[in-house]
Amino acid sequence: METLAFLQTSWYVIIGILLAGYAILDGFDLGAGALLPFLARDDEEKLSVFNSIWPFWDGNEVWLVTGGAALFAAFPHAYATVFSGFYLALMLVLFALIFRAVAMEFWYYDEKRRALWSGAFIAGSLLPSLLFGVALGNVIIGVPLAASMDFTGNFFTLLRPYPLAIGLLGFSAILMQGVTFIAMKTDGAVQKRARVLFGKVWTIFIAALALSFAVTVVYMPESLTGPYVWVAAVVVITAWLLCRRFASAGKTGLSFAMSSLSFAGLWGIVGATHFPNLVKASGDAALSITMYNASSGEKTLTVMLWIALIGMPIVILYTTFVYRIFRGKVITAK
Amino acid sequence: MDVVLLSRIQFAVAAGFHFIFPPLTFGITLVILVLETLYLKSDEEIYKTISSFLIKILGLIFALGVATGIVLEFSFGTNWSQYSRLVGDIFGAPLAAEGILAFFLESVFLGVLLFGRNRVSRKVYWLSAFLVFFGAHLSGFWIIIANSWMQTPAGYVMEGGRAVLTDFYAAVFNPSTVIRYLHTMLAGWITGSLFLAGIAAWYLLNKRHEAISKIIMKISLIIYIFSALAQFASGHSSSVQVTKTQPEKMAAFEALWNTMEGAPLSLFGIPVESEQKTYLEVSVPKLLSLLAYFDPDAKVLGLNEFKPDERPPVLLPYLSYHVMIALGALFALLAAVGALMLVRGTAYTARWFLIALIAAIPLPHLANEFGWIAAEVGRQPWAVYRVLKTADAVSVVVPAWQVLFSLIMFSLIYVLLFIIFIVILLKIVKKGPGTGEAY
Ligand code: HDD
Ligand code: HEM
Ligand code: HEM
Repeated sequence: METLAFLQTSWYVIIGILLAGYAILDGFDLGAGALLPFLARDDEEKLSVFNSIWPFWDGNEVWLVTGGAALFAAFPHAYATVFSGFYLALMLVLFALIFRAVAMEFWYYDEKRRALWSGAFIAGSLLPSLLFGVALGNVIIGVPLAASMDFTGNFFTLLRPYPLAIGLLGFSAILMQGVTFIAMKTDGAVQKRARVLFGKVWTIFIAALALSFAVTVVYMPESLTGPYVWVAAVVVITAWLLCRRFASAGKTGLSFAMSSLSFAGLWGIVGATHFPNLVKASGDAALSITMYNASSGEKTLTVMLWIALIGMPIVILYTTFVYRIFRGKVITAK
Repeated sequence: MDVVLLSRIQFAVAAGFHFIFPPLTFGITLVILVLETLYLKSDEEIYKTISSFLIKILGLIFALGVATGIVLEFSFGTNWSQYSRLVGDIFGAPLAAEGILAFFLESVFLGVLLFGRNRVSRKVYWLSAFLVFFGAHLSGFWIIIANSWMQTPAGYVMEGGRAVLTDFYAAVFNPSTVIRYLHTMLAGWITGSLFLAGIAAWYLLNKRHEAISKIIMKISLIIYIFSALAQFASGHSSSVQVTKTQPEKMAAFEALWNTMEGAPLSLFGIPVESEQKTYLEVSVPKLLSLLAYFDPDAKVLGLNEFKPDERPPVLLPYLSYHVMIALGALFALLAAVGALMLVRGTAYTARWFLIALIAAIPLPHLANEFGWIAAEVGRQPWAVYRVLKTADAVSVVVPAWQVLFSLIMFSLIYVLLFIIFIVILLKIVKKGPGTGEAY
């Protein structure tokens, strides 16, 4: 492989890892936030949900910040097209992320408006959980693009059946992350509710997967021909089955791990069907934005690859270290 | 209204609001590091009590910094997509490096600071305090690189209308990176230390937590005195730098309409662009030449040297620059007074001094905002100096009404966040240190 293609491929993979890492890690706190009304009834229970995600959520969100910035650095055209093209949808995500970032802190101190801030946390978790999948579905199925690589659709272009199905699938994967994580970190009433919810979420997940499969057969059957898609799909389903087994056996840590693996498998499917595209064009395939026509120059990709290859293992090392510091059940009283 | 103007206003609102929080973070993480070091060495509980209190405040400030920072990160794609296409090759890299090398460090270890005091050894806790301090200052470094590259681009060539990186080191250490970094970090230390000194002063006035307040006051004042004096030097170097690399910006700062040998330093005035004249001007002859070139008769370029459509606006940069410097002078004065009071031991008791410290809390924020306005508006009409005009940097597919909508939403949300932030901050301060554990 020539150098440039090697660099482009490496960056495609790294950005995939960053986004998958974001989905899996922030997935559990987004999911816990979206399910907050079902998990916790009173302030004390809410506090125990918050305490179980509080030390982690910001570090988790940095996976998104870094994924976005890496896309900017390595594939500026893809970054520019998606972010400007999906303007309104992204603004909604931003408003949600702003509220989410401050909501726990505000809830804790601003006792008079607790209902408002827990509401903000729930909405701030729900909206991105739904919209990320929809956005991903759109770049996979393809959106109208001009020769300048600019998006030519509108807000409603984004709401087609295929992206909506992917949105639902992403959402249910996030919910599964949320319940399995909370079941692992809490005990008592909250944990009990998480375990009841788990059964429902687990079923929704497979329904959403079946729905996504159906729309794929209808709208892009060609993506189902390669072998890798099926390997990844086997991982998803096996992990999904094991997730339930471990949950029933009370092995909450392993069930969380299986939920995460299942989510990783979904990303495997995305990679297998989407590579080497970044943003597919609906209509003329020649207009698609791929890792070849969207990338930065060789120099940028090389320097940044060094930074990523040295930096990311260190990040993973100390993130693991800190997760270990906080292992075990949360103490409810602050 | 047109998209370019709306996008500019939106970016200014988003960046201006974000920049309320990072300077506080810089200053406060420094004080926390000092306190944790003292605690590690002396084993005195009081340092731990103070540090835990400041960590609570930091947690609040940090949450707001994160909430508002993400907006900026996305805005290059959402609002400046042409910019991202044309210079993403260079500009995206520092942002990605910032994420990988600094944001992770900062936020992962902030979790330990906030929730881990009883779960880790004292050395690991100290290390976490250090890494949060270090991560914050490193993230500031990368973002300043990105901004400085727009001011004084280097290490690239233009190929087919796009900037392509040729020399990473030259792009990172472009002519204005180092001095801008120093100037901004000192600004952060001034902001954070004066903020904490003000809180301590409030307790002392109310005769609460006196032992604790004296320690906060002493550490903060020492950092403040050093930074406020050093800021004069770094500000001077910034001005010299601008005169050399962005002469039309300096001409706008000083409202120097025509090129002159022995140019005066303008102290006060009301520049009117349409008439190319400054009313009510008070100036010191030859001082600008002397300061910029160390030669009272040196030639300084005026606005007349530049094409009319490549000149920056004058009024706003002129006023912002002068207010920043006036505030800088005030800070230096306060630093000198503070040093004297510390030596004499009256810093903890003199009522007027304590009141002055409380009143001074918002002033560094003003200086910060005016500094950025001077630097950024003074760079206009360029987004990347002499490479890409702001008008050509904007997203082409986003209609004006959508930007107007998001601008209104951001403004409303930010007003709400700011009010609640102040309410909670006052609550934490009123409650005071002493509970020991953060949260
Ligand atoms: C990494 C890049 C970067 C950084 C660190 C900053 N800015 Fe900036 N700023 C821009 C990149 C930029 C920009 C995106 O490139 C803008 C938008 C249009 C333009 O020409 O520059 C801009 C415009 C812009 C304007 C409007 C100028 C005009 O259009 O007339 C203001 C007032 C500020 N910024 C203020 C700030 C503040 C308060 C900052 C402190 C955090 C700041 N900027 C940091
Ligand atoms: C356009 C410019 C900027 C962008 C894109 C940006 C982006 C961001 C983002 C995404 C975060 C949140 C990170 C997290 O999740 O932990 C953040 C926080 C932060 N930013 Fe900015 N930022 C900008 C300007 C600045 C400037 C000029 C400085 C200082 C010199 C700065 C210093 C910080 C620091 C220290 C934090 C940590 C949170 C805090 O202390 O409040 N940023 N920024
Ligand atoms: C004491 C005299 C001061 C002088 C001569 C001075 C000079 C300057 C100059 C020339 C710039 C523009 C740099 C550029 O466009 O490249 C600048 C920017 C700035 N100043 Fe000052 N300054 C002074 C004091 C202060 C103080 C006291 C603060 C805050 C506490 C401050 C905060 C800033 C900030 C945040 C910026 C924007 C970042 C940058 O471009 O460096 N300045 N200053």
